[in-house]
Amino acid sequence: MSTEPALLTDAAVPAPRPTNLFAGLARDWAVLFGAAVILVMIVIGVGAPFLGTVDPTEINPTFRNRVPGTEQTIRRADGTTATYRHWMGTDSLGRDVYSRVLYGARISLVVGAAAAAISIAIGLVIGLVAGYLRWLDGIVMRFMDGLMAIPAILLALAVVSLFRAGIVSVIIAIVVPEIPRVVRLVRAIVLSVREEPYVEAAIMTGTPTPLLLIRHVLPNTVAPLIVQGTFVCASAILLEAILSFLGVGIPPDTPTWGNIMAEGRGLFRVYPHNIFFPGLCLALTVLAVNMLGDGLRDRLDPKLAKRM
Amino acid sequence: MMSTAPVLDVQGLTVRLPAGADRRHAVENISFAVKPGEIVCMVGESGSGKSVTAHAIMGLLPREVSAIAGRVLLDGEDLMKKSPAALRRLRGDRMAMIFQEPMTALNPVMRVGEQIAEVLAIHSDRDEKARRGRVLDIIAAVQLPEPARLIDLYPHQLSGGQRQRIMIAAALVLDPDLLIADEPTTALDVTTQAQILRLIRALQQRRNTGVLFITHDFGVVAEIADRVVVMQEGRVVEEGAAASVLRAPRDDYTRMLIRAVPSLTPPARPPVTAAPVVLATKAMSKTFTVGGWFAGRHEVAAVKSVDLSVRRGETLGVVGESGSGKTTVARCIARLIAPSDGAILIEDTDVARLGTRALRPHRKRVQVVFQDPYRSLNPRRTVGEAIVEGPVNFGAPRPAAFARAQELMRLVGLAPDALGRFPHQFSGGQRQRICIARALAMEPEILIADEAVSALDVSVQAQVLALIDDVRRRFDLAVLFITHDLRVAAQICHRIAVMHRGEVVEEGPTVQVFGAPAHPYTRALFDAAPGKNFSFGVEQQTPPSS
Repeated sequence: MSTEPALLTDAAVPAPRPTNLFAGLARDWAVLFGAAVILVMIVIGVGAPFLGTVDPTEINPTFRNRVPGTEQTIRRADGTTATYRHWMGTDSLGRDVYSRVLYGARISLVVGAAAAAISIAIGLVIGLVAGYLRWLDGIVMRFMDGLMAIPAILLALAVVSLFRAGIVSVIIAIVVPEIPRVVRLVRAIVLSVREEPYVEAAIMTGTPTPLLLIRHVLPNTVAPLIVQGTFVCASAILLEAILSFLGVGIPPDTPTWGNIMAEGRGLFRVYPHNIFFPGLCLALTVLAVNMLGDGLRDRLDPKLAKRM
Repeated sequence: MMSTAPVLDVQGLTVRLPAGADRRHAVENISFAVKPGEIVCMVGESGSGKSVTAHAIMGLLPREVSAIAGRVLLDGEDLMKKSPAALRRLRGDRMAMIFQEPMTALNPVMRVGEQIAEVLAIHSDRDEKARRGRVLDIIAAVQLPEPARLIDLYPHQLSGGQRQRIMIAAALVLDPDLLIADEPTTALDVTTQAQILRLIRALQQRRNTGVLFITHDFGVVAEIADRVVVMQEGRVVEEGAAASVLRAPRDDYTRMLIRAVPSLTPPARPPVTAAPVVLATKAMSKTFTVGGWFAGRHEVAAVKSVDLSVRRGETLGVVGESGSGKTTVARCIARLIAPSDGAILIEDTDVARLGTRALRPHRKRVQVVFQDPYRSLNPRRTVGEAIVEGPVNFGAPRPAAFARAQELMRLVGLAPDALGRFPHQFSGGQRQRICIARALAMEPEILIADEAVSALDVSVQAQVLALIDDVRRRFDLAVLFITHDLRVAAQICHRIAVMHRGEVVEEGPTVQVFGAPAHPYTRALFDAAPGKNFSFGVEQQTPPSS
C-alpha cells in the first residue's frame, strides 16, 4: 500500500535544485559586462605605475592645458631625451591627465568597496539584533530613521570640518547614511525568517540565540546583502566624486576623478578633455557596478526583481 | 444520469511538461465527460495532474506547458482550436472557474460588487443599472446576507467563506454551462466547507450546470459527486458513478486511496489511566495585544483559561477550526510564546514564567513536529545536521550524536546513509519523518504534533500517523496532537479536546466524544464532516467479478 516504496533504500525525489548560480551568471551578459569593466578598473588601479604613467602630482608650468595626444620631449638628468605622449592631455597645472585618471581609479574603487563592506558589516549586526530582539527594535529603528534624515553632503561637510579632509572622512560621511538602509533590509529578512518553522524547531532544540542567528538566520541575508552591497558601492563611488568635486572630499592634490573634474571645471568650454576622461571612467564604473548588481539581484532574489 | 449530450467532453488530452520536469507529460491521453446537471469529481493526490487538466480546459496553461494532443469539446466545439480571443469570450460566459484560495483570486483593491459586475460588463451589453440588479440577484442567490451593503465591501472585509461565495457568484453570474471548481473548499473550515458544498450543489441543480469538481478529499467526493474520475500521475485510472467507485473500486490505486482515508469511527483504545500526568495546563490564557505607539491598542484573547492534561503514553487530540486557539495552545506549551496567565506544568515544574536561561533544561522535554514539511527543515543544512543540532547543543559529542541519528533514521523508516542529503531531496512525507527523528533525538517526554499530517497526501498521511503512534508506544511519549481533521483525530487520539473561540468546549475519551458529542458546537463540527455517511478506512466490498 505504500506510495513511498523506496523508504529504506533511497530518497526517491529528484533534486529540483535551482540551477547552479555561477553557471547562470556567466550566461547573463549584463553581469559579464559589469564584472569585466570592474575587473579592468581594478587592473588599472593596481597597475597604474606600470601602465606608462608619470607622477600624477608633478606640476609642469610650461606644459599646461595641452590637448590629448600632444607629445612632450623630456630631457633626462644624464642629458638624453625622450618623448612622452600625453594621451589625455594635461590640466591647467601641466599635470598628465592620463596618469591622474589611472591613479584616480584607486580612490574610487577603495571608497566604493570600503563603503559597501563597512556599511554592510555594521548594518548586518544592528539589523540582526534589532530584528531578533524585539524590545530593542523600536529604539534602534527610530535612531536609524534619524540617521536616514541626515543628508550625506551635510554630514561630509561636518566630518571634514571636524577632522581633516581625507579618504577616511569621506568614507565615514558615505557610510553613516547607508547603514540604516542595510539595517532595514536585514531586519525585514530576520522578521520573516524568524517565523519559519525551522527556526522555531532550532529554538525548541535549545540552540543558543547567537548560534541560532548565525546558523539559521544569517544565511538568508547573504544574497540580498550582496545585491545591496553593489548598490552601496555604486552610490559611494558617485558620492565620493561629488564630494571631491565640491571640494569637501579628498584634498585636491590627490588624483581622484572628482578632483580632476573639479580642476577642469574652470576651462571646461576650451579644454573639455579634463572633464571628459574622468567623467567617462566614473560613468562606466558606476554603470558596471549597477549592472552587476541588477544581474545578481535577478539571479539571487527573483522576488525583489519583480517588485522593483 | 440522463443520456444527454455532454457539456464537456475531453478526449485523449495530453499536456506536455517542459524539459527537466519529473515526468514528460502532466497528463497523458485522458478522456472523460461532464453532462449537464452533473457533478464530476476529479480526485487524486498532489502531482496527479488534476489542476493541469482544469487549466488546460480553460486555456489557462502557463506558457512553458502545452497541450499537444486530444480534443476538449465544450458543447461540441473544440476549445483547443479556438484563438485566445475566442477562448476569452467563452471564459466567464459559457465556462467559469473557482479557485482554491479566495483571497488571492479576488482583487484586493476592488469592491466585490464591481468584480462581479466586471464579468457582466465584458460579456454582455447590459447598462450599469441592469448590471447592479443582476449582481444583487446573484449575491442573494449565493446566500450572502444584506447584498445591498455587501456589494460595496472589499475582499478583506469578508470572511473566507463569504469570499468563496463571491467567487461562486462571479463564476455563475452569466449562467455558464460548465463550472470548474479547483479545490474550492480546501482552504475553508469544515463547517464553512459544508455550507459551500451545499450551495454549489443547490445552484448547480437549479441551473443544470455541469460541474468539474477537483479535490483530493474523498470525504468531499462522497458528499457531492455524481461521478468520479480518479487520477494517478497524469492518467485516469478509474472512472465511474460515485457510489460504485467509492463502494467497489476496481483499480488498486483507488482502493488504496479509499482505504487510506481515516474512518470517523474511532477504534477501541484502552484508556490510559495508570500512567503519571507529564503535562498539564492550569487556567492557561493567552492574550495578544494588537496596535502600537500611535495606533489604538486592543486585545485579542486567543486562548481563554484552558485546562488540559496528558499522561505518559497517551495521545490527546486538540481539534478545532482555524482561529479556535489550538495552535496558540501548542505554542504556549512549547514555550515558543509565553502564556499571559495560568500555569504549564511539565511533571511538577511550572514552565509558564521561566526566562530563556531557566527554560533551557526543559526545552529537551517538549518537542514539536510542525505542519509544513517544506519549511520545517533549514534548506541550507543537511538532515544529519538538523537531527544532531539539539543533542550537540546539550553537550553530546558529534560522533555519538550522528550514530544516534542513524539509528533514528532507521527507526522512522529512512535510509541511515541519507543523513548527508539536503531536505529538498526528500518528499513531504519523508521530511515529516525527518522532523520526527529530529524531535526524538532530544529524547523528549512530550511530543507536540501541530497539524503534522495536514499537508500530506492521504496515503502518506496514514504512514506518518502510524509512525507517530509507533514512537509514542515505543518511547512512552505523551503526545499532544493538534488537528482540524476529525478523521485523523478519531484514529490516533485516546482523548479529544474540542476548542472553539479560545475555549475547550468539550473534552473526553475519543469514543465518547465521537459517539455522543455533548456540546452543540461539537455536534455542528461532526455534522459538517464531509462524507460522514460513508464509512471509509474499512475494507470495501470486492468488485463484482463480471
